[in-house]
Amino acid sequence: MRGVTRAVRIGIKDLWLHGLRSFLTLLGVLFGVWSVVTMLAVGEGASAQALERIRRLGSNNIMLTATKAVEETTGGQVQRTSVYGLTYADERRLRESFPAVRRIVPAKLVRKEARVGERTLEVRVVGTTPEWFELVPRRMLAGRELAAHDLAARSAVAVLTESGARKLLAVERSIGGFVKIGTFAFEVIGIVESDVGVGDLPTPDQEVDAYIPMTVCKDRFGDISQRRTSGSFEREQVELHQIIVEVDDTSHVEPTADAITTMLKRFHKRADYKVQVPLTLLREAEATKRTFSIVLGSIAGISLLVGGIGIMNIMLASVTERTREIGIRRAIGAKKRQIVGQFLIESVVLSVVGGLVGLLLGIATPAVIEHFSGMPTDVTPDSIALALGISGAVGVLFGIYPALRAADLDPIVALRHE
Amino acid sequence: MNELIRLETVRKIYRMGSEEVGALDGVSLTFSRGSFWAFMGPSGSGKSTLLNLLGCLDRPTSGRYILEGRDVEGLDDDELSELRLRRLGFIFQSFNLIPQLSVRENIELPLFYLGWEEEESAARASELAEKVGLGHRLLHRPTELSGGQQQRVAIARALANDPAVILADEPTGNLDTATSRQIMELLVELNAGGKTILMVTHEAEIAAYTRSQLHLRDGRVQAIEGERG
Repeated sequence: MRGVTRAVRIGIKDLWLHGLRSFLTLLGVLFGVWSVVTMLAVGEGASAQALERIRRLGSNNIMLTATKAVEETTGGQVQRTSVYGLTYADERRLRESFPAVRRIVPAKLVRKEARVGERTLEVRVVGTTPEWFELVPRRMLAGRELAAHDLAARSAVAVLTESGARKLLAVERSIGGFVKIGTFAFEVIGIVESDVGVGDLPTPDQEVDAYIPMTVCKDRFGDISQRRTSGSFEREQVELHQIIVEVDDTSHVEPTADAITTMLKRFHKRADYKVQVPLTLLREAEATKRTFSIVLGSIAGISLLVGGIGIMNIMLASVTERTREIGIRRAIGAKKRQIVGQFLIESVVLSVVGGLVGLLLGIATPAVIEHFSGMPTDVTPDSIALALGISGAVGVLFGIYPALRAADLDPIVALRHE
Repeated sequence: MNELIRLETVRKIYRMGSEEVGALDGVSLTFSRGSFWAFMGPSGSGKSTLLNLLGCLDRPTSGRYILEGRDVEGLDDDELSELRLRRLGFIFQSFNLIPQLSVRENIELPLFYLGWEEEESAARASELAEKVGLGHRLLHRPTELSGGQQQRVAIARALANDPAVILADEPTGNLDTATSRQIMELLVELNAGGKTILMVTHEAEIAAYTRSQLHLRDGRVQAIEGERG
């Protein structure tokens, strides 16, 4: 072991003598490792975030969402009403005909203006049932969730998300206060944590939400909503905007989703709904991540191959240049394997130093990216081990041939070499 | 028993394409401990080949080479290296110092391969540099030294492992007359101290410093002058 550290020291000294050449040689591995670690960190950060969001949607859930299909109007030209989306009948059929379904949470979504005193804010009113809070788990910050008796009694109560509560009222004094939604007054009974949405997934509460009992929502706001667009009213009639279906076991998720799709197809003439399965999305995201890793791996492989060839090239030149030295060492009594060791150490030192510097840059760069762009990054221990392992392997792989060539020189011939 | 080296009908044949060139043609010799030999002869006489064989850098095509009672035939590359490392020391015409190493590191080279501790090795190198009159140049690079000084470093290096034989290949070939004389005086001094030295030269004045002269021609022993043994 002592001999090895000494040999490494000597190797570093020899490389140091050709400082510029050694530096240029290790650049190949340096850039390779740098780019790999950086790309892995960015990819890892992005996919970890996506996976986490999908996971929070619940792996046992199926999300049904109303989508506006091809235009179909009723009435005259002035007033158009688009009728689409999930229906109360859909909800009933879901409850009745799927044994694997454990819970169903319907939701009506209505855009309304909320007002407290002088402050106003556009909110998304979510008419739903208490199970919402179980399938879309959120931390309660104050007060309570919707309860079954709220629905039964048709109480005008609302749970607000944190961001909305902050804008409309002071959090601490808000419970028990009143907020006017549209033209109706609602008592604020609870405040839940806000959460950011997940791409195009039907995220429950990506904006300022006011959760009110489904029954109240139906009574007060009805199924028809109006929106003013470019001079004309656009009316939409939607019974249910969203249904979250919870299945009893993960293995039943996909078959149930297929069965639901089949059922919906039968009762809907148009595709005015969307069936999304977080589990499938999770799998897809994971598959994407794997593909991403393979692509990165190939890039890494290529750049490290180039780095390795650079090292081999320089080591071959070095062996030729130092032929006489090799002859001298052999004449003095160095064994072949000691010559191999000498040159192998140099190539490994080159690639490992390149790898280490690349690793440091590769750790620093994602931090810089994260700081300036806010994109999440994650340098995993795996990628560090990979970077170091591969750079070491490159040194051995591309150093072994020049080293063997050095050792196989005939000492007599080597000594005469000019 | 005073015999250090014995050669029994040693032949060395080189193959140059389809032609076979006999470099040594049945040489039988003995060299005793403490002797100082000059191998002489015109170029192509086989004197360098003989030195390479004796130095375990090459193997005879046939015949036996016995060094300190041990038959060298049948030793593999590692064992020959080991033999060179422990029992032999080389001095070359072109000094053959490693340019990027300091004087001290050059002298230490055999000790490095022998696995000496750094401190002992450094001490030994200083002592040897002192002995060849270069105690004040330990940290210089070979290129900063004169030819004579470089050859002294090479001699110190050859002595580092306390070898049984020093093999010198035209050690004064690249030196002027005055420096050659100093180097030869150093070798004579070493021989007086008990070192066996086998030297190739083609200059009679240089051979005159030795105690025995071996004349070769066409791969055969032509004559032996001086002390036998």
